[in-house]
Amino acid sequence: MSLWPWILLAAALAFATKLLGYLVPAKVLANPRMSRVAGTLTIGLLAALTVLNTAVSGHHVVADARLGALAGAAVALYFKAPFLLVVVAGAAVAAALRFLGWS
Amino acid sequence: MTFLQSAAVRVGLSISVATGLYGVSFGALSAASGLVFWQTMALSLLLFSGGSQFAFIGVLSGGGSPLAAMSAAALLGIRNGVYGMQINALLAPRGLLKIAAAHVTIDESTASGTAQSDPSEQRRGFWVAGIGVFLLWNVFTAVGALIGDALGDPKHWGLDGAAVAAFLGLLWPRIRSRQPAAIAVVCAVATLLAVPFVPPGVPILVAALVAGLIGWFRRGHERDGMEPDVEPHLHPGRPGTGDAATAGSRGT
Repeated sequence: MSLWPWILLAAALAFATKLLGYLVPAKVLANPRMSRVAGTLTIGLLAALTVLNTAVSGHHVVADARLGALAGAAVALYFKAPFLLVVVAGAAVAAALRFLGWS
Repeated sequence: MTFLQSAAVRVGLSISVATGLYGVSFGALSAASGLVFWQTMALSLLLFSGGSQFAFIGVLSGGGSPLAAMSAAALLGIRNGVYGMQINALLAPRGLLKIAAAHVTIDESTASGTAQSDPSEQRRGFWVAGIGVFLLWNVFTAVGALIGDALGDPKHWGLDGAAVAAFLGLLWPRIRSRQPAAIAVVCAVATLLAVPFVPPGVPILVAALVAGLIGWFRRGHERDGMEPDVEPHLHPGRPGTGDAATAGSRGT
């Protein structure tokens, strides 16, 4: 299966990144830019992944049942539901909207 | 003080249970995006970083290439390198312990460790959450992968909606003020603008570029985005800021 090399490479990169943190001199810690880029990247990537999974199909921006899932998850998060419940809420809203005929 | 009376151990254990449980959702979504059982398990056992794992399968299920999936996972893992510096400054593990510590350096273990002020409590918090999440996350990933295989067509059960919810759930605790919210909006818009023009999977790299540039040029706000994605009601405190001198001094 051609996916295996990519999975193993991704795992190796992830571990190397973690280990690198233990190997750099403590002086680097004093550089706030490092932390800022990592933090901003995390927000930006998660935001991108959220909209990609919500409103993109191939090369098109679309509105379908997944938009309802986003709203359902937001409501659950607003009421401080545990993560697993948030995920179930997203799935339930998407499934319910499809059942009602909205793709 | 016995082991279980330690506040760090109790916080670490509750974080382990809460985080481990949502391994079910990762396993099910991974199976739904076409990974076979052991590929799903390889991500949880070897890559072991929730956000990066969700990113990997999220890019694939959106039609992105394995290269784009790997890149997204690697970029999202950069924060773990910063966590590694913080934990190294606190615990300074040596030899094989350093290798093990690096592998379990994730949002949850870093939060549990840095939330404590006493050095031995920091050690307990980090290791209990790190090992606890690792064990439970993998057990529940396996459960989820089997469930996902049994569910069949992901759309039928709203599993694509579950993926949307998972990413929003990972993003949500990091949006605590106007600046991170603005960054999220800018990157989301950049992603959508890129969608019609570049191959699937590449829009996320566009967003990474935009985010990286914002991070490079803005001032202050070192902690934005570095708030670990632990359950809000279990949040043991704020993790270190990247400043070794203060990282351990903040109690809950």
